[in-house]
Amino acid sequence: MSQTIRPAPLRKRVSVKVPQARAFEIFTAGMSRWWLKTHTINPTKSPIREILVEPRAGGRWFERGEDGSECDWGKVIAWEPPARLLLAWQITGQWRFDPNLVTEVEVRFTPDGDGTTVELEHRHLERLGDTAAAMREAFEGGWTSLLESFARMGA
Amino acid sequence: MAHLANALAALADPTRRAIFERLGAGPASVGTLAEKLPVSRPAVSQHLRVLKEAGLVSDEPQGTRRVYQIDPAGLGVLRRWLDQFWDRSLAAFQAEADAKAREKEQAR
Repeated sequence: MSQTIRPAPLRKRVSVKVPQARAFEIFTAGMSRWWLKTHTINPTKSPIREILVEPRAGGRWFERGEDGSECDWGKVIAWEPPARLLLAWQITGQWRFDPNLVTEVEVRFTPDGDGTTVELEHRHLERLGDTAAAMREAFEGGWTSLLESFARMGA
Repeated sequence: MAHLANALAALADPTRRAIFERLGAGPASVGTLAEKLPVSRPAVSQHLRVLKEAGLVSDEPQGTRRVYQIDPAGLGVLRRWLDQFWDRSLAAFQAEADAKAREKEQAR
């Protein structure tokens, strides 16, 4: 019997002290101000200057480096301010953009008194390209490939 | 990646690899594993404990015994990495939003 490894979705929740529309705006238009800029996926290795989310369905989600070069992270699938944002995360386990990979990051903004509850779900993680495939192969192919896949992920 | 190192260390032992591979074929109890492998039950239990601590297997009670299985969530090294990534990212978002809320209050 082989077993398909299907990681459960990641679910996160935070409460913030700004109203719903403001929380949506800070999350999207203000992403450059809070996004952790330690993880550039830009092949030029330029430090991240901005992280931009184009405010429409079909818009791009991308980083712009200090050198002006741009590198996609994914795209906007649904743009429903102030309540909901659905992004396509198209970054592989090797930290590279892959236009054929689509995992979903859904962010919901719910009013809570004077503040907002923000819930994030990152799902379809089994699609994470080589990594998920390598995991499956590891189970079907024995432990050598498992260790290799672990080593690749750690590299 | 400490958890990755733990997983690798746990699987460096050939008996643990054998147990882990056996669980890849489906959930099993300590007794079942001990029957199929040239290892005593206490030794199997000990190895399972190491695999569990490394996040590679999980267990659940079934009647009077415990059944062990590969932990798909725990095995997802990448998933765990993303888990930490979103924790840190949302904490940064929260700090930014709350700073904006304070600015607005002070401006009043």
